[in-house]
Amino acid sequence: MKSVVQLKLAPQPSKYDFEEQLRRRGIDLPPLALDTLQVNITKLCNQVCRHCHVDASPSRREKMSPEGVAKCLEILEQHPQIAKLDITGGAPELHPGFDGFVENAVALGKHVMVRHNLTVQLDGNPQTGESKEYLPGFFARNRVEVISSLPYYQEYFTDAQRGSGVFKKSMEAMQRLNREGYGVEGSGLALNLVYNPVGPYLPPAQAGLEADYKRELKAKFGLVFNGLYTITNMPINRFRLHLDKSGQYEAYMEKLLAAFNPAAAEGVMCRSLISVDHQGRIYDCDFNQMLELRATGAGGKPLSIFDFDFDRALKRRIQFGDHCLGCTAGAGSSCGGATA
Amino acid sequence: MSNYYESEDLKKFGDIGQHAKALADDFFKYYGNVTGTDGALSKREKALIALAVSHAQKCPYCIDAYTTQCLERGANPEQMMEAVHVAAVMQAGITLVHSVQMQNHLKKLVL
Repeated sequence: MKSVVQLKLAPQPSKYDFEEQLRRRGIDLPPLALDTLQVNITKLCNQVCRHCHVDASPSRREKMSPEGVAKCLEILEQHPQIAKLDITGGAPELHPGFDGFVENAVALGKHVMVRHNLTVQLDGNPQTGESKEYLPGFFARNRVEVISSLPYYQEYFTDAQRGSGVFKKSMEAMQRLNREGYGVEGSGLALNLVYNPVGPYLPPAQAGLEADYKRELKAKFGLVFNGLYTITNMPINRFRLHLDKSGQYEAYMEKLLAAFNPAAAEGVMCRSLISVDHQGRIYDCDFNQMLELRATGAGGKPLSIFDFDFDRALKRRIQFGDHCLGCTAGAGSSCGGATA
Repeated sequence: MSNYYESEDLKKFGDIGQHAKALADDFFKYYGNVTGTDGALSKREKALIALAVSHAQKCPYCIDAYTTQCLERGANPEQMMEAVHVAAVMQAGITLVHSVQMQNHLKKLVL
């Protein structure tokens, strides 16, 4: 009779251990500042982008409560060090309290950034049918910085990543923003675009690609904008699923690992912002938020806006994972583009 | 081995240093200096040239590598296909221009 011996195997360390990369190079990455409150107020979106790390879609119902929005505003009011509010989603404009959130933060003197997907202007709210055509004028009146994804200056890549018809609608939406003065020199109204690779490869150099975008969008559509941010796709959620299904996960992680850049690591965005989810829970970044990797203070207590303590948040130990290699590969990646 | 070309073998490019490390080191340094820097040609232009050569030389490793490289340098599918057409038309032209040799010889043979 055969005997069955059960072996208890120790968990294998990840081949893509981000912290090991830091240790090997003697790099420590504590928070440096807390100047930005990034708030993900809803996972509802009019689009279903293939790379979306939020898994946002027209069927999502998660949204921040009025109490959560009020608490964010209170934190902003009480902490002049937090000079910037970065509102994201989903399509954040689909949150019923979005307009008030923007107006109140602006009234507090904060620099407000909105991650605006462009097409929501034309599509409106997929659940209520509410029109969002007023957005360009609303943004201009409040002088918010508009940051919009456009994965390429041509239709092929843009529609492949963001859905059929998105490129044409994005051009129309940019024209409306331009008419309000967005991207126009001297207007003071900033329109910045975001490039994401349309697959498991690294972004091109930011400055050169920005020049291409400016030349092509001006020549073909008469459009203007301010800056281009190149952002690397994070190997999490919907993009991770694509990598797994297409058998490219290992190759992509090897690419990120091989391209680890210590200079890019020094500039990672989690060192200067905190990310808040729709329930008021605090994370080191939007990616950790989607992985539910919560930021913790002393004693491992998870941080929340409902018992917010600035010093505790600033002195936290940032939570890292394999996916962080996406922010440190090549020229680096952050919500503000390349970091090195 | 079931096939002469295996995509996994692309990762073994560095293994050409076996038995001739110094020569491989020289080659990779030269390779990096030529393709990995902006010079009189941009890195994107160099990637498009390399993509065209990959097709002309029918190297599946290079086609995979330089398709990715072209995207990472900001090239688009139209530019990449035009580069392949340059390779194709050069090969066609090279074949056709040799017909001059054929015609020269024809003239010698014909009374």
